[in-house]
Amino acid sequence: MITVNALSKRFGKVEAVRGVSFTAPDGRITGLLGPNGAGKSTTLRMLATLLRPDAGEAVVDGQSIVASPIEVRRRIGVLSHASGLYPQLTARENILYFAELHGIGRQQARSRVAELAALLEIDEFLDRKTKGFSQGQRLKTALARSLVHSPRNLILDEPTNGLDVMAVRNLRALLTRLREQGHCILFSSHVMQEVALLCDEVVVIAQGRVAAAGTIEALRSQAGEPTLEDAFVKLIGTAEGLN
Amino acid sequence: MRGIFTVFRKEFIENLRDRRILLSALVFGPVLGPLMLAGLLQLSVSRGEATFEKPMTLPVIGAEYAPNLIATLESQDIKVEPRKFNEQQIREAIAAREITLALRIPADFAERWARSEPAAVEIFADSSDQFGGDASAERVSRAVRGYSRQISQTRLLLRGVDPVSTMPVVIHDIDVSTPASRASFALGMLSYLAIFAMLFGGMYLAIDATAGERERGSLEALLTAPMPRPHLIYGKIAATMAYMLISMALTLTACAIALNYVRLEEFGMSLSMGPLTTLKLFAVSAPLAVLGAGLLTVVASFTRSFREAQSYLTFAISLPTLPLVFIGLLRVEPSPLIMSTPSLSQHFLMMKILRGETLAMPDLLYSAGASLLIGAALCWFAGRLYEREAILG
Repeated sequence: MITVNALSKRFGKVEAVRGVSFTAPDGRITGLLGPNGAGKSTTLRMLATLLRPDAGEAVVDGQSIVASPIEVRRRIGVLSHASGLYPQLTARENILYFAELHGIGRQQARSRVAELAALLEIDEFLDRKTKGFSQGQRLKTALARSLVHSPRNLILDEPTNGLDVMAVRNLRALLTRLREQGHCILFSSHVMQEVALLCDEVVVIAQGRVAAAGTIEALRSQAGEPTLEDAFVKLIGTAEGLN
Repeated sequence: MRGIFTVFRKEFIENLRDRRILLSALVFGPVLGPLMLAGLLQLSVSRGEATFEKPMTLPVIGAEYAPNLIATLESQDIKVEPRKFNEQQIREAIAAREITLALRIPADFAERWARSEPAAVEIFADSSDQFGGDASAERVSRAVRGYSRQISQTRLLLRGVDPVSTMPVVIHDIDVSTPASRASFALGMLSYLAIFAMLFGGMYLAIDATAGERERGSLEALLTAPMPRPHLIYGKIAATMAYMLISMALTLTACAIALNYVRLEEFGMSLSMGPLTTLKLFAVSAPLAVLGAGLLTVVASFTRSFREAQSYLTFAISLPTLPLVFIGLLRVEPSPLIMSTPSLSQHFLMMKILRGETLAMPDLLYSAGASLLIGAALCWFAGRLYEREAILG
């Protein structure tokens, strides 16, 4: 479970995140929805302990991102939108490297890779160098890498960017399965349909602030609009930057 | 600690598979270095041979006016080639590289000779000609001076004067250089090659591990590994260092082998670069790898892309190596300050080893201590850089 409380971050004069608070519970998929530049990535990067917040706090399974970032890192799997791999290593080696960085023993890491390979259906290219992988193959390998230490919480930053329809469908199926296993899944997107299809909870972010939060039904009634699209536009105040 | 080793091993193995990195670390220095060294030595050796030992031809204008002088020259392996040039033609022929030098004997030579007046001869040569024109001219002029001295002594004897009385002071040149020291002068560039190969061998790994990692987009994932961030960069620096040391070890070994094929002994130079010498050379320069790896990693960490890193690092490499090219031309005495200057101190220690001199303990301590200390500071600084958010780019 991830609890975010009044998180703020500024870069120079730009206030990227201004007091964002929300909760992403276990066994639920929580979506951060907002136009480009709304502060979604910055929020997720703070949760991933890549950036230090200027103010506020966030707690992941009882561990503070400010006070004990290393403990937080053990409890989260992160898929950033770049999700770069090491081109000279095979997919298996890429995943094993992160297992080792997490201090997982060799034997255990091997069986974990086999497990993930079955889950993500990556056996076919597991022992190929990742140089020249398709976008979908990259994503699956990166996902396996972020899941190798069996984290309870999964943070994904715009995971569907650049994926084709089939890959998006596969990812959706996978996230649903992980939710059923009781994981806490937090992902960001600026694609409304995606969020509508997948999320149990939606946190709408605009200009660094939480504009609204709740289930899709709740958001729709809160805005008093019949369609999701109209509800979002009303909540954010503009349709700019949304898809 | 285990984290550092994990990163080190992954960087080491991954980069072994990268052709560009492999080429720069394991092929460039070890193959091109010794070839350059052996080639340059062979060139300087055979040029010396050509000017001083081998028969040379000398275009002579007016050879018919001084048959005895010509005979003396011929007796010293200087083959005379009579020509009919005026001064203008001589200058043009030298400028056009048809001839490298010429000797002109004026028509009044015999006449002045008979009157015991100084008879002039002229040697034309281009002192800026780097292909031995100057050295050849020196040889001809030495032969003419020798002939002149011989004649003057004969004339004195004929007049009943002991020629010895005209030489109140004589100079004996005593060359105290040993064959090994003569060789090491020519081998000043060995240390340059070894140090350059070392730094170059780690350059691409340093770039790949920092700017490359960021450009590929794998840095964020790496930074979410549960370990102190400085440990990640220490592992990378260790891998860079390992490549540098391997590259230098290979270069030194290859140089040692290549030197067997240069005929130095024939020219009064001896260079024993046996296994022990090679090992010593490696040992005194190894501390520089800590500094080099730290320096290149720090510089590469500031850059935004592979290309940018490449241009900055090329400059960073020339910084410690370029002075070595010129230091041989200056007369610099190793002082404690120089012996604590990284790269210069290694250069002097390597020269001493090549000259077969014993190494002073303080020199060794200054050299290794300074390089390790600055290297450690750079590694610490690199660690701090990775704790900053700006490292995400």
